[in-house]
Amino acid sequence: MELPPSHFPAARAAAVAVGYLRYLRGGPGRGLQLREVRSARRQDIDDVGHKYYLELELEDVLDKGSTVNCTAEVLYHLGSKTSAPDVQVTVQGELRSTEQADKEFYNRIRSLEKELEAENIPDSHGNVPPELEPIHLLAWAASGYVIWQNSTENTKFHLAQVKHVKQVKRSDEDLQFDYVLLLHEMVSQEVLPCGVSVLWHPQRGARVCHGPGSA
Amino acid sequence: MLDVPPAGARAGIHAAANILSDSEKIVRDQVLRVTARNEEQIALLRVLGEQEELQVDFWRHPNIPGHPVDLRVPFPNLQGVKKLLDFRNFSYSIMIEDVQELLDEEKESMRRSRRVKRSSRTFDFASYHTIDEIYDWMDVLVEDHPKLVSKIQIGQSYENRPLYVLKFSTGGSNRPAVWLDTGIHSREWITQATGVWTANKIAQEYGQDPSVTAILDSMDIFLEIVTNPDGFAFTHSSNRLWRKTRSINAGSRCVGVDPNRNWDAGFGGAGSSSNPCSETYHGPHAHSEKEVRAIVDFIRAHGKVKSVISIHSYSQMLLFPYGYRRAPAPDHQEMNELAKKAVSDLAAVFGTKYTYGSIANTIYMAGGTTIDWAYDNGVKYSFTLELRDSGRYGFLLPSSQIVPTATETWPALLDIMVHVLEHPY
Repeated sequence: MELPPSHFPAARAAAVAVGYLRYLRGGPGRGLQLREVRSARRQDIDDVGHKYYLELELEDVLDKGSTVNCTAEVLYHLGSKTSAPDVQVTVQGELRSTEQADKEFYNRIRSLEKELEAENIPDSHGNVPPELEPIHLLAWAASGYVIWQNSTENTKFHLAQVKHVKQVKRSDEDLQFDYVLLLHEMVSQEVLPCGVSVLWHPQRGARVCHGPGSA
Repeated sequence: MLDVPPAGARAGIHAAANILSDSEKIVRDQVLRVTARNEEQIALLRVLGEQEELQVDFWRHPNIPGHPVDLRVPFPNLQGVKKLLDFRNFSYSIMIEDVQELLDEEKESMRRSRRVKRSSRTFDFASYHTIDEIYDWMDVLVEDHPKLVSKIQIGQSYENRPLYVLKFSTGGSNRPAVWLDTGIHSREWITQATGVWTANKIAQEYGQDPSVTAILDSMDIFLEIVTNPDGFAFTHSSNRLWRKTRSINAGSRCVGVDPNRNWDAGFGGAGSSSNPCSETYHGPHAHSEKEVRAIVDFIRAHGKVKSVISIHSYSQMLLFPYGYRRAPAPDHQEMNELAKKAVSDLAAVFGTKYTYGSIANTIYMAGGTTIDWAYDNGVKYSFTLELRDSGRYGFLLPSSQIVPTATETWPALLDIMVHVLEHPY
């Protein structure tokens, strides 16, 4: 059944799809956000759940001039409190390359004398120091994973703030950041803290480990 | 150790002033910083202070050995006091060589700063401000536009902060009115900031912009900028993401009621919580919150409020009743059309996309909201705005976006107010 694209059932499913995509394709050099839901359709599958078919228009916050179209499918499992929705996203066309920015960020962090540590990003006034912007974007990408894993048809999550971030030294090529994220849930209006360990590498992208501190 | 104040030019000017003055001019008085090495020296300093003829006055009292003691010594007694200190082996230095000069400088700088601050136009609209700064600025706005703007107090918050409302009026008696509020949810800082900018804009545009002039020639505008002052103060002092009021909940360790679930329209229904620890706790009963009650009483007593626009963030939406039920309100069609126009005019400014519709269909079910109450109590044109952004920064919207947000929201507000003007009821 067709859904009004600007109303909440479609908007919530879209948020899950964008969260998932942000995790897959986002990073210190790319932050994908939703511009508009073009169309939305819902299919109720007996004994399985509700499946949403979406046409989305996205943009990279670092490249606001251009838009990216994608299609997505979000399946919320019936009566499920424990399993994440199944998400598939297909991006039309190419995303702008972040190779240069990624390399710069990687080298900058690797050459730090002391492990990076920061808190309250953004601060109360919404400011993010320029050198912490990639850290913020990486957190945003990682939050996509958490949002995808924890969403239901009755929730809509956004990253409210990076409460704390600490880099963890590693012996391999990955960068590791342990984050405490504050997630804002729109329906209940609650702000929920969540600890995530994030690995990142220019070629391998972002990976969330289950629980902070684990390899 | 003993620094002799430079003579010469300064002495000349102040000597002249000394002769002329009969008021208490403290010309060439000095402030000495003395360090007492032991309890005996502390006692001596106290005795010094008690000697009336020396007129020594402590800016920092003798208390603990090793801690500096600052004493102002009148010019005529300087030599005597210094001799005494030397005799008793005190170590001291001249902290302020000329107190009067310091006072004159300070007065001048305050005068300069007041001249700058005292214009409502030079307020930094592109920054987030504290409650005191906003309250001070409101007085400045009234000073700058005395024939148009006045400040009224509609009540007090739970923690006894004044609830101030700006009234924009060109006269008449009991004219139909538009009510605007910002900051009912304290963490939505872009809203109070937009309220300040908008108040200034209204005052500026009367007599300039035809729409504003037409509106204010027939109607009054009431604008409550800090609708939840206790919450707002708390976001500055303790928790930037605080939403609710700060009222104590009997029998619970959790504080606060959601002021946008506390209104008597679908009170206690879906989308609100009976748990005091919840962010959408509706409160023990409708209008339990003083902040809400004050507005209810005001609007009821006024009797001719024709529109209520309650401003929130974030999500980029323009919403109308109902939140407490899915079924469309009787005036759904008209409100939907008006919302469509307002959102289009908003987008025309910088391309910011808003969605629109009834609360219950667009964002979520919510019982006990401001605009549902207003609508059910005869205020036909009741809207809620959810300002920028759509989630990237959320409540922590960069201050650089304050002016753009307020600027783009303005045509939407005007559209609503013009519609109210042109559709009297």
